[in-house]
Amino acid sequence: MSGLFKSSIGRKVAMALSAIFLMIFLLQHFAINILSVFSADRFNDVSHFMGTNFFVQFLLQPVLIFGVVFHFVMGFMLEIRNRNARTISYAKNNGSANTTWMSRNMIWSGLAILAFIVLHFIDFWIPEINTKYIQGDVSGLLPDGNFRYFEELQHKFENPIRVGAYVVAFVFLALHLLHGFASTFQSMGAGSMRRAKLQAFGKAYAIIIPLGFIFIALFHYFNH
Amino acid sequence: MNLTLKIWRQKDAKSKGKMVSYQVNDISEHMSFLEMMDVLNEQLINEGQEPIAFDHDCREGICGMCSMYINGEAHGPDRGVTTCQLHMRSFKDGDTITIEPFRAKAFPVIKDLVVDRSAFERIQQAGGFISVNTSGNTQDANAIPISKHAADEAMDSATCIGCGACVASCKNASAMLFVGAKVSQYALLPQGQIEATDRVKNMVAQMDLEGFGNCTNTGACEVECPKGISLENIARMNRELMKANL
Ligand code: HEM
Ligand code: SF4
Ligand code: FES
Repeated sequence: MSGLFKSSIGRKVAMALSAIFLMIFLLQHFAINILSVFSADRFNDVSHFMGTNFFVQFLLQPVLIFGVVFHFVMGFMLEIRNRNARTISYAKNNGSANTTWMSRNMIWSGLAILAFIVLHFIDFWIPEINTKYIQGDVSGLLPDGNFRYFEELQHKFENPIRVGAYVVAFVFLALHLLHGFASTFQSMGAGSMRRAKLQAFGKAYAIIIPLGFIFIALFHYFNH
Repeated sequence: MNLTLKIWRQKDAKSKGKMVSYQVNDISEHMSFLEMMDVLNEQLINEGQEPIAFDHDCREGICGMCSMYINGEAHGPDRGVTTCQLHMRSFKDGDTITIEPFRAKAFPVIKDLVVDRSAFERIQQAGGFISVNTSGNTQDANAIPISKHAADEAMDSATCIGCGACVASCKNASAMLFVGAKVSQYALLPQGQIEATDRVKNMVAQMDLEGFGNCTNTGACEVECPKGISLENIARMNRELMKANL
């Protein structure tokens, strides 16, 4: 087993496993966020549950952070090794003749997502940690007695620059997933029949989920 | 037709190379690409210059020697052909054609357009074979039943000619299509089962040792492969390696 992860293919499988984990997480994150469009109360309830549940906070959250870090560190390592495999580049290379833009630029779409994740942490995660574990306020309430989560969300999306940054980031996420989704299953060794079906599903996922996030951001921008 | 050729010239493995421009005139559209190169070399020899070194042997698409990166694609713009099968009718009068050696750290340039692909040989030697007892009680291969489907698929994998276009085309200089094909051709047959575990482990280990990059599933190899080896071979190799390690 340890031999597997020393090999190039093993690392690729590890990369794919971390990607599957992230794609499942993304779905869950989307499911919660979309509630904010339909009902502030439902969104508040679920946010409060996620934000104060011991299992979510101290088991799932560290696993998630590990998953994200693992994925991009592994991605950088792959990229470095791959760049070293060709020390002299071609004078003329017609990449678009045989590959998609998305597949050639995973590192750049990935870096854009990483920049977004940093912004996202500063926007939501760090204030949360501050309120809950440094200020020690786990009530989830505003001074007026209402839940704070929906309020905070709406407040964030008043700034058009932030909304713009989110929209751009999700376009990059879509580009990342347009190659990444199908790539994951090829790495895992899925046969061609299964892959063909997954490909269609993957395209849908890669477009619908990021578009949904964009919709949520714009919705709050125009409805606060 | 008249053409401008920009060709990589490099005296030997140690020298630094550079692109040099040449002019060739009155090229027939019926010539193969290598015949066009022969015309250029004759011209260079007549002018007292060093001819351009390039690999070739069968000139009928079966040996895999003719490694050229033409206008940014391995074996040029046509699909399912080697450089020797590429014809000048794929180009237009007045075109400028860029010709480079296959580029990969694991395929060092020996001279001009000639690269050293012995890394592929070493991968093959690491496991791309089956051991047969030839002491006299050898089983007749035809006595082992094999399904038509498996036989066809194994044959498809076995058509890989080891040309290296997959490596040359891949942005990561990954050899996984080649190794996938070589692993698959045995993995699909009963004769290959006995050594299956060691084969895939050893071939992949040798591939990594040679300094090829890592597959990121861009699919360039499959498009550029002259023999139509499919990505399915890489998926199968990944499955074989996972199986061998579990
Ligand atoms: C944190 C910033 C990120 C960076 C720097 C990054 C970088 C990369 C790189 C370099 C690859 C490998 C390239 C390839 O195999 O073609 C990759 C693959 C992938 N990434 Fe990311 N990524 C990031 C975030 C994400 C996120 C948030 C998701 C999903 C929600 C994701 C999903 C995928 C998928 C599905 C693959 C394909 C895996 C495979 O081929 O086996 N990535 N990423
Ligand atoms: S897989 Fe195709 S491109 Fe690669 S070495 Fe074999 S024949 Fe050439
Ligand atoms: S010279 Fe043999 S394949 Fe081209």
